[in-house]
Amino acid sequence: MSILVDRDTRVVIQGITGREGTFHARGCREYGTKIVAGVTPGRGGTIHEEVPVFDTVREAVHETGAEVSLIFVPPASAADAILESADAGVRLSVCITEGIPTSDMVVVRAALRDGGMRLIGPNCPGLISPGKCKVGIMPGYIHKTGPVGVLSRSGTLTYEAVAQLTRRGIGQSTCIGIGGDPIIGTTFVDALKLFRDDDETRAIVLIGEIGGGAEEEAARWAATEMNKPMVAFVAGQTAPPGRRMGHAGAIIAGGHGTAAEKMAALQECGVRVLASPAEIGEAVEAVLKEATRSGGARGRG
Amino acid sequence: MLYRVAAGTGLGFGAANGENLRVKIHEYQAKQILRRFGIDVPKGDVAFSPKEAQAIASRLGGRSVIKAQIHAGGRGKGGGVRIAAYAEEAERLARQMIGMNLVTPQTGPRGRKVRRLLIEEPVDISREIYLAVTLDRARSVPALMASGQGGMEIEELARRDPKAIRVEPIEPVPGFRSYQARRVAYGLGLSGDQVTRATRLMQALLRAYQETDASLVEINPLVLTAQGAFVALDAKMTFDDNALFRRPEIRELRDPDEEEPLEVEASAHGLNYVKLQGNIGCMVNGAGLAMATMDIIKLVGGEPANFLDVGGGATSDQVASAFRILLADPSVKGVLINIFGGILRGDVLARGLVEAIRKVDVRVPVVVRLEGTNVEEGRQILKGSGLDFTLADGMLDAARKVVALAGAR
Repeated sequence: MSILVDRDTRVVIQGITGREGTFHARGCREYGTKIVAGVTPGRGGTIHEEVPVFDTVREAVHETGAEVSLIFVPPASAADAILESADAGVRLSVCITEGIPTSDMVVVRAALRDGGMRLIGPNCPGLISPGKCKVGIMPGYIHKTGPVGVLSRSGTLTYEAVAQLTRRGIGQSTCIGIGGDPIIGTTFVDALKLFRDDDETRAIVLIGEIGGGAEEEAARWAATEMNKPMVAFVAGQTAPPGRRMGHAGAIIAGGHGTAAEKMAALQECGVRVLASPAEIGEAVEAVLKEATRSGGARGRG
Repeated sequence: MLYRVAAGTGLGFGAANGENLRVKIHEYQAKQILRRFGIDVPKGDVAFSPKEAQAIASRLGGRSVIKAQIHAGGRGKGGGVRIAAYAEEAERLARQMIGMNLVTPQTGPRGRKVRRLLIEEPVDISREIYLAVTLDRARSVPALMASGQGGMEIEELARRDPKAIRVEPIEPVPGFRSYQARRVAYGLGLSGDQVTRATRLMQALLRAYQETDASLVEINPLVLTAQGAFVALDAKMTFDDNALFRRPEIRELRDPDEEEPLEVEASAHGLNYVKLQGNIGCMVNGAGLAMATMDIIKLVGGEPANFLDVGGGATSDQVASAFRILLADPSVKGVLINIFGGILRGDVLARGLVEAIRKVDVRVPVVVRLEGTNVEEGRQILKGSGLDFTLADGMLDAARKVVALAGAR
């Protein structure tokens, strides 16, 4: 099993006729994802990249049974695209778009609070269940099917972690980039719950970043609710206070959100915390072995 | 609602989390915006020269407060706030202050050069209040924060007496309601007519936050004058740069003098660059990987000279610009290029790198760690270029190599 997406997942791409949408529609389909529809207002009735295009998400869902949307819509209209997905009855929306105004996301989060649709992102690489389905922009070939769930606020650093695992022959159940913005749809805790309940996932890699309190929240939750070993790395140990490091959400403010605080919180709650990003593969191999020795019981580092 | 904003709970309510966005403006500009939304600020104006300072002070009746305008707080502690008894003294003080290097707890040791002054009428203070609106990341909604102990930095207050900070989360629907503002006002110990006026002021503050796409609007202190009026004695606003495309009036308030020149140049090339204090220049694709690269440099005993994210689809022109910017920093003694090619293919990237390095005069060792699609072709291109690259295998190897090479010089 994997979480959120699998072989049968039917995907609609919003913004499919744009440059990014076109490129990644092809990439996802080549990986084996069922891209059943595209949406670009004004282009309904055409075929793009062998995919039927619709004017609205509602039509796309009605005609093709799409249940997951992948969004490549520019920042100014991305919030609208997410809300259109929710209105059309999509169960999961993955928004890749970077640069959405925070105030737009305040409205989106409030509108999604009734729980009808799960949002992943925005400002994220998407998610992949290796060997089954890729709904995102990550390079598929670095992944391998297996027992490790990977969760991250970052893009290329996630690829780095995945590549370290695959090089050691350790595969992944599902890898999720939750996004680097201050307001995102699915938090670490939301995703950790899914991994905990997934039989195939035997260990979890959590890759955090400076800024906000999501890692601390994850640590507190994991302390009592998680029964699988976790390995974590927090990027930005050397970041100077008060400076933005690429992601709007990644900032140290007023003494909160530093890498040191996050690492301490995770460590305290039984997570194996790494100082070096080069040790992720090695550490996961170790916790998997320990877990096997202790018969799959709590085998945290 | 009253709840704790305790240090270390990690609830994401570090008081200044509006800091996360890059667009900052000066105090006098923030006050102009607040005035537009109906909030009273002291009478005054901005001066770029001692003569202008004198003219403004004399319009104010001579007695005036002179405040250095830099994008950093704590100005009073560094001699950035002075009081003049008459207009000629304002001119004399302005002459001392314009061009001075103001060092405050927030500027770092190098300080900031003062180019603009705000000349204001003095205000009789009977009470100081703290008032701000910023994003509550944990709840994903804006929140109004208030405290009866104004004047003190909010971070300091959160440490000393977190219970003294009141927080009202603001849901998009139903929005910020009068009862919430009244609750805050009563909580601050206000009464009668003051409550009505404070309520109006808080609602104006929220409109200023929403209608400019601010990430932080802070009045500290908001003073209750001896005459019973509320006046914003100091004001700070920062803005969501993701929303600048629809706020052209805010974009115009940027002050390039307050920004690091290399960072301005980098942003013009679509690069994300932050200058740091070390000697190892880094060029990485992706913000998370860039921070992790800085971390591993430090772990092996080096110091990163910068954060530089070239993004996922960097062109050879961008790579060349990135190189130029990196090397413009004279403290750089070695460069580490760490690229995880996903969508961006290794061979394409290697060709871009070679081209870039031929264009730019590189006199420091360059270590390249290349991973991902078509990585072997990429390595062959780098090896065959005749240029002096050191190839590395993995992040750790790359960091060790660049630190050793930089140290050997």
